[in-house]
Amino acid sequence: MSEAFVDQVLLLARRSVVRTIRQPANVIFPLVFPLLLLAVNSGGLKAEANLPGFPTKSLVAFLLAVPFIQGALFATMNAGTDLARDIQTGFLNRLSLTPMRGTALLAGQLAGVVTLGFVQAAVYLGVGLAVGVRPASGVLGVLVLFGFAFVVSFGFGALGAFAALRTGSGEAVQALFPLFFVFLFLSSMAIPRNLIGITWFRDVATANPVSYLLECVRSLIIGGWDGQALALGFGIAGAIAVVALTSSAWALRVRMART
Amino acid sequence: MSDLAIEAHGLVREFKKGPRAVDGIDLAVDPGEIYGFLGPNGAGKSTTVHMLTTLLPPTDGSARVAGHDIVKEGSQVRMAIGAALQEAALDPLLTGREHLQLQGALQGLPRDRRRERTEELLTRVGLSEAADRKVGGYSGGMKRRLDLALALVHRPRILFLDEPTTGLDIQSRTALWAEVSRLAQEEGVTVFLTTQYLEEADVLADRVGIIHRGRIVAEGTPDELKAEVGRPTVEAIPTDPGVRTRVAELLARFGDQAPSVKGVAVRLYAGADLADIVRELDGDGIEVAHLQLHQPSLDDVFLAKTGRSLEGAGEEDEQTRLAGAAMEAV
Repeated sequence: MSEAFVDQVLLLARRSVVRTIRQPANVIFPLVFPLLLLAVNSGGLKAEANLPGFPTKSLVAFLLAVPFIQGALFATMNAGTDLARDIQTGFLNRLSLTPMRGTALLAGQLAGVVTLGFVQAAVYLGVGLAVGVRPASGVLGVLVLFGFAFVVSFGFGALGAFAALRTGSGEAVQALFPLFFVFLFLSSMAIPRNLIGITWFRDVATANPVSYLLECVRSLIIGGWDGQALALGFGIAGAIAVVALTSSAWALRVRMART
Repeated sequence: MSDLAIEAHGLVREFKKGPRAVDGIDLAVDPGEIYGFLGPNGAGKSTTVHMLTTLLPPTDGSARVAGHDIVKEGSQVRMAIGAALQEAALDPLLTGREHLQLQGALQGLPRDRRRERTEELLTRVGLSEAADRKVGGYSGGMKRRLDLALALVHRPRILFLDEPTTGLDIQSRTALWAEVSRLAQEEGVTVFLTTQYLEEADVLADRVGIIHRGRIVAEGTPDELKAEVGRPTVEAIPTDPGVRTRVAELLARFGDQAPSVKGVAVRLYAGADLADIVRELDGDGIEVAHLQLHQPSLDDVFLAKTGRSLEGAGEEDEQTRLAGAAMEAV
């Protein structure tokens, strides 16, 4: 990897972060909204922790996994919307006229998303610690949690980039948001799968990959080391990352079709 | 291999199910020349620029820019050119300085050289004071100047400017013209400039190509093109309408009759002089309310070559272009 390439990636990543920071709504909303939902749910569903078979006495600890995934969804939106804006304003054409490699653009954009993903993860975890949640997997588990945040925000960021590159429209990227939320609500977000009483909901939650992303985070916070949950979570997040990255690299080649 | 900065032979861009946006263009632009590509909206100017800057492959024909084939040697072309495309493609959330530093990095300038070049360009385009302000707060003229600076970061030999002054006030426009002229004269940069402004082509370009519906309908220096259309006309409107016939008799000595609604007009013979006409009218005691020498303009050239005035000609062409683009999208 040449020095020039690394320099390009770093500057593009810096740009991605700077752009987000300079749009306060893009920073505050992804941090505050998931925490607000966490507060509402942990208050409203308090009695759920008393259900026989519920994995923990602390509902906050159980629900803390949700902001991690919600934050990644916001990352998808931000990465996609920013890239779509670059296409709409012609900024991508400007970049296309430089010797920049497409991979530098994608890597820079995703590095920015991942940086913000780390910040989000730190805030969510900090809030959890402040209200008394103690990750069952210890310090090493927290590091693994950050590793998971990296893979998830990278994968979802790449998904957003793919949507932007294919459609070239920020509105189209934003339109994905409700779809992702449907996936989130039809998962084991609010209750463990084995405690879901309605069969079709349990089946949908079992088929829904988002359930396994949540359960991976949850295992580190409330269950300790669970090899199966970790393998499934990292496996699915990794698969999303690989597919989304491959697709967005292809879409970028098409979009930046220079001679 | 020729020494031309830009050359094109039968360049065509046809959109699927749509019209030919560019329909067989030939170009030969010398190094250091400012070439004005004049035409209304939708005439094919921007499509030509997109092909020459390697952003759009031609469907037929060939072109070389800085000696490199635009299809086979795209990366070499891109290294030799700078471009400010029709939309000032800037990030409203970044500052002017951040734009220049990013562009420098993407062009492969080393870090210390990048800083130096950034300051140099900010000073040159008069944006030093606004360098650390977000571009979203810049005026149209400032955005265009930054756009130009970005195109110059890597010291390109050839500069493509796609309607660089559209929407700018006259002061910003004049400042940009001065910088473009300086680049060509002092640094020997070849400039390929598209415009829909007659005045811009007239003032700035060494040679002008007039494009209409994807074809070049006239090419030459502004003076050559005007001379091709015809001689200047003189129109006189006498204060007393009763002496109109006498004025017509006098003016007939200087040229052929030309149409005039209120007075008398003649297309001047070679060597005929306005001062002689004034003396003749004065000698005959004829008082005139209005006397005007009308030099042929590039609009006259456009009118002569296409049968339409440049002003307003774009509307129909733009409709055609949009229809083509819509069909392409289907």
